Amino acid sequence: MSTQMELNRNLAQMLKGGVIMDVTTPEQAKIAEEAGACAVMALERIPADIRAAGGVSRMSDPKMIKGIQEAVSIPVMAKCRIGHFAEARILQAIKIDYIDESEVLSPADDKYHINKNEFKVPFVCGAKDLGEALRRINEGAAMIRTKGEPGTGDVVQAVRHMRMMMSEIRRIQSMAEDELYEAAKQLQVPYNLVEYVHKNGKLPVVNFAAGGVATPADAALMMHLGAEGVFVGSGIFKSGNPAKRAAAIVQAVTNYTDDNLIAELSEDLGEAMVGINENEIALLMAERGK
Amino acid sequence: MRIGILALQGAFIEHKFALDALGIESFEIRQKRDIEKPFDGLIIPGGESTVIGKLLRQLDLFEPIKEMIENGMPVFGTCAGLIVLAKNIEGENPHLGVMDISVRRNAYGKQIDSFSNEALIPEISAVPFPLVFIRAPWIDSVGENVQVFCELNGHIVAARENNMLVTSFHPELTKNTAFHEYFINMIKGE
Repeated sequence: MSTQMELNRNLAQMLKGGVIMDVTTPEQAKIAEEAGACAVMALERIPADIRAAGGVSRMSDPKMIKGIQEAVSIPVMAKCRIGHFAEARILQAIKIDYIDESEVLSPADDKYHINKNEFKVPFVCGAKDLGEALRRINEGAAMIRTKGEPGTGDVVQAVRHMRMMMSEIRRIQSMAEDELYEAAKQLQVPYNLVEYVHKNGKLPVVNFAAGGVATPADAALMMHLGAEGVFVGSGIFKSGNPAKRAAAIVQAVTNYTDDNLIAELSEDLGEAMVGINENEIALLMAERGK
Repeated sequence: MRIGILALQGAFIEHKFALDALGIESFEIRQKRDIEKPFDGLIIPGGESTVIGKLLRQLDLFEPIKEMIENGMPVFGTCAGLIVLAKNIEGENPHLGVMDISVRRNAYGKQIDSFSNEALIPEISAVPFPLVFIRAPWIDSVGENVQVFCELNGHIVAARENNMLVTSFHPELTKNTAFHEYFINMIKGE
């Protein structure tokens, strides 16, 4: 593995136990930093609004991203479309700390993901199961997140994806060594990555939860299921009291096993985002890029 | 010997692995009740100093931990941990503010500027020690009681003041446990 790849995986290690928040303005970025976000995701529209607006959704204006980079001292991430390596190069050129090759935006390539090994900046990618996660890692992703279903405020898909990933990891872990070759074939991933999972019982990179997290309890649930940290998108700035909700989610992630504390944190948070149920949505973003 | 690892956010588990490898007992500190039982040393890991500083206050850990360190509890801070301990932070309010150093956050730039290197640090090891810098700070200046352990291109990246040991790089991300061994010896009073 290259030194740069190691350094990039290392940055994700520093984000662990933290909350990464979607922000659309420097003001929101400051609120997020104040509330204890360990990084922010800079984008023009949060997923709930992307979903509502429809149409083609692209990388954000670099000027807007730079405004957010100037506003905060924590790492800044930004999204490019799946397969759109030219957008990714732009984000690298403005020295973004992490690129999210994201299914939230309209895919630019329906077959190939970006060859992330060619980049100096790290990438995070979404995955629904172990096969997707290991394929993205093979392409150079330095961090994985569940896809969940962005912009819905409904945690069910993030739960499904995290449970799927964890159960597949446990299955690989318990296999006899000679079964791993077949497992690699079925997962459509290289043998060495399956071997890593078998030996270590985890992905070779940090694994966060994302998509539909809206409350401190949602965040705690994802941590219990094995997430190493949480992305919160629409859940914060679509709610009644973003600063308070954001701070509560940060504390809930740190102390996710303390039920009394999470009970306290869940009090008086104001209106949560309204959300949409799984069976009410026309567009499943998680089905983009496999 | 029991070492507490501040586990509010960041790369705390990596410190546990280093201590495990050395056969040293450790535990995670996530809230006030975790520090009720006595312990011998404290590690403040890498992560985001803004998050760790904020959670220290919100979880009522700030005062007791500050007091422990001021009363001589050996403490080892890496990267964000160094920032949390510093008396002065360029352009920001300090957190625990116990160590007489002035630090600059993200001094080397953004993630794309993260790098690794190695340096001979005689106090720590007879062979060069691997240095991993992740959006790292450096120390601009130190007080008179601070012993500088390592400088890289004119900037201080490791130092000790009495019971406080800091690095702007991440020994816990390498397989080399020399820094942790040094810290354990500090606790033993050697």
